Amino acid sequence: MVIGLGHYLSVAAILFTLGIFGIFLNRKNIIIILMSIELILLSVNINFVAFSSFMGDISGQIFALLILTVAAAEAAIGLAILVVYFRNRGSIAVQDVNLMKG
Amino acid sequence: MYQAIVFLPLLGAIIAGLFGRLIGARPAELITTLFLFVSAILSWIAFVRVGFGHVDERIVLFTWMQSGDLKVDWALRIDSLTAVMLVVVTTVSSLVHLYSIGYMHEDPHRQRFFAYLSLFTFAMLALVTADNLAQLFFGWEGVGLASYLLIGFWYQKPEANAAAIKAFVVNRVGDFGFAVGIFAVFMMTNAIDFDTVFAQAPSLTGKTINFFGWHADALTLICLFLFMGAMGKSAQFLLHTWLPDAMEGPTPVSALIHAATMVTAGVFMVARLSPLFELSSVALTVVTLVGAITCLFAATVGLVQNDIKRIIAYSTCSQLGYMFVAMGVGAYSVGMYHLFTHAFFKALLFLGAGSVIHAMHHEQDIRHMGGLRKKIPQTFWLMVIGTLALTGFPLTAGYFSKDAIIEAAYVGKNPLAPYAFAATVFAALLTSFYSWRLIFKTFFGKPHDHHHYEAAHESPMVMLIPLYVLGAGSILAGYPFYEYFAGHHVQEFFGQAISQKPGIIDAIHHVPLWVKLSPFVMMVAGLAVAAQFYLRDPSIPVKLARDHQLLYRFLLNKWYFDELYEVLFVRPAKWLGYTLWKRGDGWLIDGFGPDGVSARVLDVTRNVVRLQTGYLYHYAFAMLIGAALLITWFMFAGAR
Repeated sequence: MVIGLGHYLSVAAILFTLGIFGIFLNRKNIIIILMSIELILLSVNINFVAFSSFMGDISGQIFALLILTVAAAEAAIGLAILVVYFRNRGSIAVQDVNLMKG
Repeated sequence: MYQAIVFLPLLGAIIAGLFGRLIGARPAELITTLFLFVSAILSWIAFVRVGFGHVDERIVLFTWMQSGDLKVDWALRIDSLTAVMLVVVTTVSSLVHLYSIGYMHEDPHRQRFFAYLSLFTFAMLALVTADNLAQLFFGWEGVGLASYLLIGFWYQKPEANAAAIKAFVVNRVGDFGFAVGIFAVFMMTNAIDFDTVFAQAPSLTGKTINFFGWHADALTLICLFLFMGAMGKSAQFLLHTWLPDAMEGPTPVSALIHAATMVTAGVFMVARLSPLFELSSVALTVVTLVGAITCLFAATVGLVQNDIKRIIAYSTCSQLGYMFVAMGVGAYSVGMYHLFTHAFFKALLFLGAGSVIHAMHHEQDIRHMGGLRKKIPQTFWLMVIGTLALTGFPLTAGYFSKDAIIEAAYVGKNPLAPYAFAATVFAALLTSFYSWRLIFKTFFGKPHDHHHYEAAHESPMVMLIPLYVLGAGSILAGYPFYEYFAGHHVQEFFGQAISQKPGIIDAIHHVPLWVKLSPFVMMVAGLAVAAQFYLRDPSIPVKLARDHQLLYRFLLNKWYFDELYEVLFVRPAKWLGYTLWKRGDGWLIDGFGPDGVSARVLDVTRNVVRLQTGYLYHYAFAMLIGAALLITWFMFAGAR
């Protein structure tokens, strides 16, 4: 079986969908939401790399590297915010995070 | 000099009104009083110069307003008529200022009081020096405002507030007519300054004004509308109701505004506009009729009142009726003569009443007085002088002017003059009766209230001096001026200031003897009846009131005018106001306007608020759905 572009894209799509569902089916933990966001980013990365490889254009892979860097920074900041939030409110359960309620 | 006469009181009012707190009560009193005295002295100088030196002047100060054909200058018109009024206004006003220093010495708001008094004087002077109808109207409204402020001076008293509002509203009715009259004058002559209007007046005879399809004689209509203003300000029959209520104000105010000066503005206005009135016999007949009704009506009401100030107020109303009778029969100078003398003795009576009230610790009901003759002898004698002058005792001021009016009514040419003559003669009897009733009940007999009687004390010198001056005026203001107001020098004295047919003065001097004697007989009869009723046998009036209960109630309740107006005007007006407020504004406008809209907005937001759950996954879900919809739209619609 030749593994083609369609396979790669399918994996990316599955990862993306998992990430989405991870965000709003999850009722427990904000860390899981962060992880889901990472998952979405990675699925997009897979798309980039797959297209780059199949079209023979290197810029897509460079972009993937950039996204990884940004994702790392974003994860670091997200976790830092979470730590501060936990210190202040004593909980990071998703149900308790509803200060924005109108 | 004339500028100083007019504007010094304004300066005093500004100083006392704006800086009164800064400089304190005593300086404010002294400054305003001093300015008024300067103004009064200058007025007498002006009186001599204009009245006897015949230097009429017209001083243009500045252009007030200009709009199309209308050009109004602020000018001082100085002629004999103005000079007489200047003297009356500034003299009485300065004496009232002086008197008020004593009368108001316990009041914490004296600066305000003196500022208002001076403001009033300024407005009155602007009125009498007016050179055009707009300026006259400015002064007219100015004195109305000052009158409102002074009646309501003790604003803690609800009656004073009500009286102030009543005076203001009733005057508005008259002022409406006055304003319409001014508009009509401008429509017909294209000018409102007196010289132009008077010059054009003769050419207006026979012209008509289309008034809602009714072709009214222009001059008659104009004069009647203008006279409506005079009726309001001078408290004539039908528009008189505010004057007795105005007695809620401090007594010096009653003396200055509601006896000597402001209420005579209507008389002055008719005299000033005599070139117009002289051309409309209908208007003059109406003036005579209103004057005659008022002098009789007010005198009958005065018979049974018990408030010392109200008696004098009705007396004022009645005397103003006399003046209008004189105006109506064309004897303008005689009307002005009575205005001049009346200012002295009526101010004296009011200030004397103020002195009595002061002595009795603010008791105003004459039934609670009595026997005060021994306690306050100076006030007593001065009040007697005022009463003598008012009732027309020979050789007092009132004698000359009042008799001249009665004689003028006798010789008057217009159809209602005989009625006016009868009314004025009979009113002389009533005047004498109620005036002496007041004196007898207040100063004679046994004291009814021992507590107040024992505490009664003579007023301080600062209050008595103005009384003495006015007392002297009440005796002396008559004879020396007789020749100039009702004698052979009228034409020479007044010159062009009033338009009076020369015949009437001659005719006055040739009336039958019984006409000359009738006022005197009436005066003596009134005095005799009053003495019989209140000195010798006080049971007679009580019995009389019991036997004629209906008549007594009718008079005591002032012919039920207040009740009539209450039903006719006040209640409908209140109902209309209440309905417009509750239904029109509250229900309709607010309901469909601001309140309704804001309620709907609140409804919407209350529902929108529910969308904001605060849960992260809800927002994420909404975002996802949105993104999906956007992509779908682009895929299917955006591809085209």
